[in-house]
Amino acid sequence: MVGFLRALDRKLLRDLWRLKGQGIAVGIIIACGVGIMIMALGSLASLEESRSTYYERYRFADVFADVKRAPNQIVGEIREIDGVKSAETRITRIVTLDLADFNEPANAQLVSLPDEGQPTLNNVMLHEGRWPDLARPEEAIVSRAFAQEHDYHSGDRIRAIFNGRTRDIEIVGIGDSPEYVWTLGIGGLLPDDKRFGVFWMRRQALERAFDLEGAFNNVTVSLLPNAVEADVISRLDNMLAPYGAVGAYNREDQFSNAFVESEMGQLVAMAAIIPPVFLVVSALLIHAILSRLIAVERQQIGLLKAFGFSNLEVAAHYVKLAVVLSLGGVLAGFVLGRTLARLLTHLYSNTMRFPEIVHVFEPSAFVIGAGAAIVAAVIGALNAALKAAALQPAEAMNPAPPTVYRRGGILPLWLTNKLDEPTRMIVRHITRWPIRAAMTTFGIAASMALLVGTLFAFDSTDEMIDTIYYRTDVYDAAVTFAEIEDETALSELDRVPGVLEVEPTRDVYVRFRNGVHSERGSITGIRSDAKYKRLLDRKETPVSVAESGLTMTSHLASLLNIGLGERLTVEFLEGKRPVLDIPITAVVEEYIGHAAYMNIEELGRVMGESRTITGAFLALDPDLSIEFNDAILDRPQVASVALRSAVIETFNETLEETITIMMMIYAVIGGAIAAGVVYNAARISLTERGRELASLRVLGFTHGEVSYVLLGEQAMLAIIAIPIGSLLGTAFAHLIVLGMSTDLYRVPYVLEPSTRGFAAAVVLVAVFLAAVLVANRIRNLDLIEVLKTRE
Amino acid sequence: MSQASVLAEAKSSAEILLDTQDLTKVYQTGEVEVHALRGINLTVQIGELIVLLGASGSGKSTLLNIIGGLDTPTSGKVTFLDEDITNLSASALTRYRRAHVGFIFQFYNLVPSLTARENVALVTEISSNPIPPEDALSMVGLADRMHHFPAQLSGGEQQRVAVARAIAKRPNLLLCDEPTGALDSKTGVQVLEALKTVNEELGATTLIITHNVGIADMSDRVIRLSDGMIIEEKQMGRRRQPSELSW
Repeated sequence: MVGFLRALDRKLLRDLWRLKGQGIAVGIIIACGVGIMIMALGSLASLEESRSTYYERYRFADVFADVKRAPNQIVGEIREIDGVKSAETRITRIVTLDLADFNEPANAQLVSLPDEGQPTLNNVMLHEGRWPDLARPEEAIVSRAFAQEHDYHSGDRIRAIFNGRTRDIEIVGIGDSPEYVWTLGIGGLLPDDKRFGVFWMRRQALERAFDLEGAFNNVTVSLLPNAVEADVISRLDNMLAPYGAVGAYNREDQFSNAFVESEMGQLVAMAAIIPPVFLVVSALLIHAILSRLIAVERQQIGLLKAFGFSNLEVAAHYVKLAVVLSLGGVLAGFVLGRTLARLLTHLYSNTMRFPEIVHVFEPSAFVIGAGAAIVAAVIGALNAALKAAALQPAEAMNPAPPTVYRRGGILPLWLTNKLDEPTRMIVRHITRWPIRAAMTTFGIAASMALLVGTLFAFDSTDEMIDTIYYRTDVYDAAVTFAEIEDETALSELDRVPGVLEVEPTRDVYVRFRNGVHSERGSITGIRSDAKYKRLLDRKETPVSVAESGLTMTSHLASLLNIGLGERLTVEFLEGKRPVLDIPITAVVEEYIGHAAYMNIEELGRVMGESRTITGAFLALDPDLSIEFNDAILDRPQVASVALRSAVIETFNETLEETITIMMMIYAVIGGAIAAGVVYNAARISLTERGRELASLRVLGFTHGEVSYVLLGEQAMLAIIAIPIGSLLGTAFAHLIVLGMSTDLYRVPYVLEPSTRGFAAAVVLVAVFLAAVLVANRIRNLDLIEVLKTRE
Repeated sequence: MSQASVLAEAKSSAEILLDTQDLTKVYQTGEVEVHALRGINLTVQIGELIVLLGASGSGKSTLLNIIGGLDTPTSGKVTFLDEDITNLSASALTRYRRAHVGFIFQFYNLVPSLTARENVALVTEISSNPIPPEDALSMVGLADRMHHFPAQLSGGEQQRVAVARAIAKRPNLLLCDEPTGALDSKTGVQVLEALKTVNEELGATTLIITHNVGIADMSDRVIRLSDGMIIEEKQMGRRRQPSELSW
């Protein structure tokens, strides 16, 4: 018995060898599915590990709060709050930089270090150099990405503008901190390391520079394991309210962490949405391969049963074959997944500044990937294996009855009659095996759907950039002031060379409340006739900010569960800190954040202030950009300057590599499905119809004409599959929009015809390549042998 | 110019369809060389009906395959209507088969997804001056079974469809490899009747390979092969009707 089983296993190996072409095709598809799962879960694990190690080792805080100016003494009270483990006060400030090697405005986030030693929270990881000397107030540690971008090293000097005064800063160290993994540039969505750096300096130096002796403007807190975060935040808010607090927030709202989290969420979505498509298709292919194999081996199965093999043994034999077949794909998927994970983490290093991204071997990713692939293979094999088990030995040993074809079928007779014979053969073959044709069609459609459903993201990104930077935020430069200013600051800006027009803004931190719903946020005051900051309604038509009441993004409205015309409680966190009920008078759409707007005059009025401004949008004369860049830095009030052109440039630069690499990956793996499906279907057809095709060759049909009979079917199915796949892809894209949208931004659903066209082209190329492979096998048909034997 | 070639030229311009000179074929199977043909010299006149007899392995199928453009000889020369077809490329051989040769096999090899008429039309669509499929089927007595698929036809009927398919393009040369090998005597006779009709009405030169010595009586000439060589060539007198053949 054991001897027989061994022989059966040898048969299994030989079957596999014979099926190697198809095995490879299925293997590639499984490898893609498993690979993407491992890539996503592996990268997720790597990010999680990198993040938690970094956060832990460098003591990333749990709660953050900014104030205008609070006395140092109250830190004791903060430490007393229930659940607070430690608290550290700091001075933080954004300043402009005047870089010798760079002719555009750049900004730095200044963060104070304690006067002695290292921070107890949000510590700096020093890559090179040393900590600043207290006695030398000009010394700073500079963030690594910024230093790399400008090729700065210890000993280099940078000019910064502190409160209108030029200061020479000496770089003594290069470092990073868990607070700035994602160093969001001013006015952008992506890190811009050319124009934005973090500078850590001794506190005394910053106290003196910003008149904050004995005071702080930022506090960070770490919590005890059992702390109730919300309670700590509200205690902190109460305690800091008198000092111009604008609302404490947790890690979820900390920009850097929120962006990292959002990337991780996308990985989870990717792992959940994409691999199942591959695994379903692989199951279908395994089903097709085994069904055909069992048809070919019908007589052998009869023989095995006659020898005394049980039905279970026969079924197990074929299931085993499917499992072995899928194992090859799983192993390839492991390798692919590891490689893709490395590639992805490399891409992440463009945006995320971890000291290093740890490559974690995540066993669960491998177990889940392998498990899912094998389960899919077994499901695919089961139906065919059960059919093998159900064969009656005596009947099985007879040849299968001939295939009966019918005229017409789904096509009307008049149409069938118009076709030439080879095309008629194609149509009859499709209608004779409709389920098989449907599976092939589905497989190709899945490929198309996957391509459409992934490539659309680039259209969405384009749409986001287009909407934000060409339709709503159409200023040339956005300036923020260090302090709240009056309108004289505007006229000063107006006098800066190169400035054509100035439009004021007033940003004020608030807390919105609607019953149980509460959100920390801000209201931006703009003019009703604002030209450089525009708002769009649902239909993307420009609307102006309402003269009275709040204009709010639909996202914020939904967070607050409130609608147009309803009234909302707004706690202003600045100035006289009024608490007011304000009606919502307009709802607008924005892809990013959850903003709210008011008419700037109305905002000043309800806050009981005269005309105050915190920044301005500028229109610039492009011919005077050098003059502007020079002059704007001398304005004492200006804390930051963001050029729209720079933001767009960063967007394009950062995304260019990512988009190219991801497009290639998607195109290859998406195309792999179509190629695998078509190759398989054509190979199965070839084994079934080799004799038929050889006789056509003998009759004088050319290689091309015979290939048409076999491959025309696949081409026809591909043509049917592409529109179906396009529709499925639309649904898929909508699913991904849901999966990828986070609190930070909403991914718009945009799918350009050119993207569908590109996806269709990828599918057709893949189908063509698979067809060429099979056509080569047709060339090798042994005409003489085939014709001599009976079917 | 040698005397022999002058003679050959004179002959060909008269009525020679096909001529082979010293044809050999050696198959290399592993370490063993199999000499399938060892110098075949055969001249076929236009319109002849020749029966090739021989045991298995005598080389008759190899000869048929080379003449039909399915295989190439190891040495020697094949001339078809004055043209040397010995070393044609694969695509030129395809063109040769397409234009000049009709094949009939023991196992019919019809396309299962096409009806009888469509199987014939398959070939007429790629020919320049074909017989309409309906007429070809009438010629083999299958006008009433035209719209049946192969699976709905008996073996003899399927073989007659194969005959109709082979002759519909008006081939110069009709090659039949054991055309009645899978049939009983009654249906076998029907197929031979069809072949005879075609040979007489269309003048297609016909070569039939068979084990069945009885079939020789319907031919013009019988050639017997053994061990890759022609061992006997016999001109027949009166061609007998297939129905008169002893099976």
